[in-house]
Amino acid sequence: MAADGASSTSSEAGHNPLSSTSLDRIKGLYPAVNEDETPLPHSWSCNDKSTFIGLSQGNLRVHYKGKGKAHKDAAAVKATHSIPASCGIYYFEVKIISKGRDGYIGIGLSVKDVSLNKLPGCGKYSYGYHGDSGQIHNSTSTTTGMGRPYGPTFTTGDVIGCGINLIDNTCFYTKNGLHLGVAFTNLPSKLYPIVGLHTPGEVVVTNFGQSPFMYNIEDMMEEMTLKTKASIERFSVENSKGEWQSTLNQLVSTYLVHHGYCSTAEAFGRSTGQKFDEEIASIKNRQKIQRLVLAGRMGEAINETHRLYPGLLEENPDLMFMLKCRQFVEMVNGSDSEIRNLRNPRSRSTSRQSSPSMSPHRNNISSPHRSMHSTYMDHSTSSLSTSNSRPSSPASSTNIKHAKLMSSKKEIVTEVSKSPSSSDLNAINSSNSHVINGSGCRIINEDADVDMEVDMNDHVGNGKSFSNGVAPSSVSNGTSSTSSVQNGSHINDGLDVEEMDMEHQIPIRKRQLCGGDEEAINHMLNFGRDLQRTSDLLEQKHGVNESNRKTLFDAFSLLAYADPWNSPVGFQLDPLKREPVSAALNSAILESHNMPRQPPLELAIGQAVQTVKLMSKVGLGSCAFTSVKDYVC
Amino acid sequence: MDIATGQHYVDNLHVNDQQQLLCNIRQVKNLVIGSNKQKTVIMLCGAVPRLLQLLGNETMPAEILVECAVVLGTLARGGEANRRALVEDGALPVALRGLAHSDLKLVEACLRFLRLIFTSPVAPINILYEDATIIPHLIQLLSRSLSTQENVASILAHCCKTHEHQLILLQHGSVQALSPLLSSNVPKVQLPALCCFAAMCYENQQVSSRVASASYNGEPLYHHFNSLLARNKPVKMQLTAAKCLSYIRKVGALRPDTDIIPMRALPTLVRMCKKDMTTEERVEGAETLAYLIEEDLDLQWTASFTDHLITTLATYLKVNEDQCTKSVNTSMNSKDVSNLKQAAFKVFASLGANDEDIRKKIIETENLMEEIELGLADNNTKVQLAAVRCLHSLSRSVQQLRTSFKDHEVWKPLMELLSSPGNADVLVVASSTLCNLLLEFSPSKERIVEAGAVNLLCRLTEDLNPALRLNGVWGLMNMAFQSKQEIKNRILTKLGNAQLFKLLSDSNVDIIMKTLGLLRNLLSTKPDIDSIMEVHGQDIIAVVIIILEEDHPPCVKEQTLCILANIADGITAKNFIMSNEDILKKITNYMLHGNVKLQIAATFCILNLVWKDEEGAKERQIKLKELGVQKLLLQMRSSCDQTLLERVSAAINQFPSQY
Repeated sequence: MAADGASSTSSEAGHNPLSSTSLDRIKGLYPAVNEDETPLPHSWSCNDKSTFIGLSQGNLRVHYKGKGKAHKDAAAVKATHSIPASCGIYYFEVKIISKGRDGYIGIGLSVKDVSLNKLPGCGKYSYGYHGDSGQIHNSTSTTTGMGRPYGPTFTTGDVIGCGINLIDNTCFYTKNGLHLGVAFTNLPSKLYPIVGLHTPGEVVVTNFGQSPFMYNIEDMMEEMTLKTKASIERFSVENSKGEWQSTLNQLVSTYLVHHGYCSTAEAFGRSTGQKFDEEIASIKNRQKIQRLVLAGRMGEAINETHRLYPGLLEENPDLMFMLKCRQFVEMVNGSDSEIRNLRNPRSRSTSRQSSPSMSPHRNNISSPHRSMHSTYMDHSTSSLSTSNSRPSSPASSTNIKHAKLMSSKKEIVTEVSKSPSSSDLNAINSSNSHVINGSGCRIINEDADVDMEVDMNDHVGNGKSFSNGVAPSSVSNGTSSTSSVQNGSHINDGLDVEEMDMEHQIPIRKRQLCGGDEEAINHMLNFGRDLQRTSDLLEQKHGVNESNRKTLFDAFSLLAYADPWNSPVGFQLDPLKREPVSAALNSAILESHNMPRQPPLELAIGQAVQTVKLMSKVGLGSCAFTSVKDYVC
Repeated sequence: MDIATGQHYVDNLHVNDQQQLLCNIRQVKNLVIGSNKQKTVIMLCGAVPRLLQLLGNETMPAEILVECAVVLGTLARGGEANRRALVEDGALPVALRGLAHSDLKLVEACLRFLRLIFTSPVAPINILYEDATIIPHLIQLLSRSLSTQENVASILAHCCKTHEHQLILLQHGSVQALSPLLSSNVPKVQLPALCCFAAMCYENQQVSSRVASASYNGEPLYHHFNSLLARNKPVKMQLTAAKCLSYIRKVGALRPDTDIIPMRALPTLVRMCKKDMTTEERVEGAETLAYLIEEDLDLQWTASFTDHLITTLATYLKVNEDQCTKSVNTSMNSKDVSNLKQAAFKVFASLGANDEDIRKKIIETENLMEEIELGLADNNTKVQLAAVRCLHSLSRSVQQLRTSFKDHEVWKPLMELLSSPGNADVLVVASSTLCNLLLEFSPSKERIVEAGAVNLLCRLTEDLNPALRLNGVWGLMNMAFQSKQEIKNRILTKLGNAQLFKLLSDSNVDIIMKTLGLLRNLLSTKPDIDSIMEVHGQDIIAVVIIILEEDHPPCVKEQTLCILANIADGITAKNFIMSNEDILKKITNYMLHGNVKLQIAATFCILNLVWKDEEGAKERQIKLKELGVQKLLLQMRSSCDQTLLERVSAAINQFPSQY
């Protein structure tokens, strides 16, 4: 009551109720809605209204200005936009400022082409709750708007809410914050909020979400999120012959192979009986090249590629060009091998040996990346590490999940059902699969006594469901964790460690072009000229390639600034920018060996993301309450 | 495992070497975990006494003690029979002593065992209260670990059964100790803590006020309850939080300015009644709702239109048709069906307790009257009681009495119920409903009387249960109201003067009042008054004198004066008063009484005696004037009570002006 009162007084005081914060508030209620495609209703429409309707206060206040005598004197107004299905649940509230003469006020929903000289519920495909009778009306193509008893009447001072559940296509109303129950079912799609008045003096103001509602709609949405989640998790897959299981294993295995986690892949293969086609040596080769790219040592990477995959780069001139451009950037950075050799033995510590993975987790990159590699490489930055204390941090993807775990620890503790993300972790560490781990998680959620029964010694610790969810313990759970640890640290996988390990000797100091070495600068400039020539040649051969042009332009632009690192184009120098290059090279190599450019796991994730988007497009409301991000970070 | 192997394992528990012993206990533990059969076998082989002996031996290393407690806990999981056997073997005192040990692991293992015992029906709860140190110790253990929190809160929640228990828990700081558990974010801890609050607050004003005024982390405790009502919490949690709030509200302990009940707790309970909940949740939700709104018109009104409650409840009554609900795949057993029915009847009864419009909505429920009739004849007392309550609630409606109650002849099963001995509560509500059916505007009245209601009600007036006596007289009173002389005589004859006097000297004021009311109703319309007085006059006057002389509350005296006024309204009956100076003096005394209502009644009596047009009025006026009545009346003209003034002037006007 108080909240609504506040909103209406502020409206009456003449503030513009459609300030940017109030719009943000509306947006915030429906995070899954893409307003570029399907805008939300923010106010009543000046165009879609009866002439007997007057609007004010940012088109939120509606008053009647007709005679209110005949039947045809009824007047309605629709909202600016229809309700997007991706709202999941949509809700708005109408406060009756005055019931006017007779309080013939109708609130509800309608399709686009509805007659605006009838109260909601009286036209075709229109649905309304009427204040004078407390009845609900709706008429489809066959029936007319006969009233049915529904709720209490409403009048001056009451706040009536109208909600639509876009998952089961039902509509409900609230009065003064109390849920009155479902009013309509089988609603059509693309409905508009609508309000209708019929007698002089009738005034209402509307809250489309710009201020807090009287009814706790968020509570209902939370419940829907939970239910959607449950239905996803309980979705049963055919697993009679273990096909599902082996599909999952394959997903994991191919992912590991793709990104070159060869020891992990081997260990995983051993314990799950999963075979992979590529030879270990080949994986290691790819891994080596990737690592060089990620270390910023482009020259070496290109040479290695030439040596190991002759003809590959010649066949992919655009890729070659991309590598070269990157090499140029790395020269500016001072990290490319050609430059580095010139100013040997000093080198810059800009490169933090990044993971060989093209991680799909851009958002939470920096700290986990730092932490995982600093443990063995970069001592100077090790203090930044958050997970340093856990020397057993395994392969990078798990590590990132760790980081996610840490950041969302609170959620995990409150909602045990969130723990599937921790089960992912187990899936990689241990020989178990997603499925087995997933169900294991569920057991934990049940009554303590169940797992206490299973437990042997430490019954107490096991009784606490969440202690299992916290990362450290689950890491040590994995049977093959030792091997994956080693794997993550690259130490024993055949790469020349000495060759790589040079970064930590350089203390942080002022960054200079090409490490400040004059010879190096000359080399870089020459290289740049070559690059320009290559570009011209390419254009002669294949025509203009906008993306190549842009890449080159951006790279050269670095030279225009005294301090390229703090320039508008300085983003290129970020070691993270090496990842797409590395991924592109890796994909090209794989493709040349008739293997997929993209691991099936990433394909599956991509597909899931697109599916959710598609759901929103075709009007399946459940998409509001789930997100692929909830499952893969 | 056969008995012999089991015996072998048990024998192994007698080794002296402690390391070996530890090993052997663990062996037993691993053996019995997960298998109820193994548990039973090992218990048959006498493992329990040995384990208890070990657990009671404080010189043993903590490690061994812990393992013993763990094995006991596992055995306690093995079913009711196991638990009973464990209790009989004296495991409780040993485990309780274990709580004093310094090793937290042992304390936790003992608590787990104790929880399993105390949350089962076999638990001898009183053992916790026999030693006054146990409860404080348990409460103190709440802060030790998550495991102790979960187990202690569960134990306390299950063992708080009486008013005394509630106060003992309160006294030892349970409110403060349990508060942090609510925000622990671990559902397994939050839920038992909530259950404990619910158990402590139920029907206990003292505890409820304390809980209502308590706060934790700078927030009132009931806000914490409120946040556990959120719809993304486990259903059981929402339900229990709503229970806590309802219980606190019911005893009036919640601040009246908070709308947490109508806006949060009540909608939650209504939601619990929905089809997608389990039977148990639906029953508990409905029962709590019925309890919450029982006496509060506003809440009844709110509930009546919240989320189609009445329609939802109607589905409770249809369960035997569907056989099973969507939410549970198992088919409903008869117990579930009964539980649902009685829960629905209870809510209907509460909803319809005060408001005619709500009653109308309820009665529109399809087949409700038929269901109630079936319910009255149900062999489950809970269903019977709830059905009769529902009927009673609906019988307060004049309109329903005239329509549905007439159509359905619900009085028949009611009379049947009342004719045979049964559950006292059922009989009380049934007789109370019958009273309503006997109201003069009720179309069923005559038929009920014909069916022998006089005998039935007279028999009730002799019952040992005061509530039944009251309803008996009440029914007779309603029956006598404006009824034929023949019925009046039947009542008087059947009841008998002796019983009438007995009722008038009942210790229960309400019974006296209704009996006087009965007399008043009997003594109405002049011919009836005269004929009844002719037969029973002496006795009635005697009774009236006694009551006027005895120490009674003003309402009783007023009612008695009204009877005199009725008698004075008769023709021949007037003489019973006029010829009795004692009575006349008493009446005049009451004209000067401090209580204006008594003055009015006494004046009314005088007025009936002095009507100038009636036969013999002159003589009566003279006599009363001699007694100083006229003078008194003139004095009373200074009164400020309007009704009294009217009566006084009317009486004065009866006297000829020359006097």
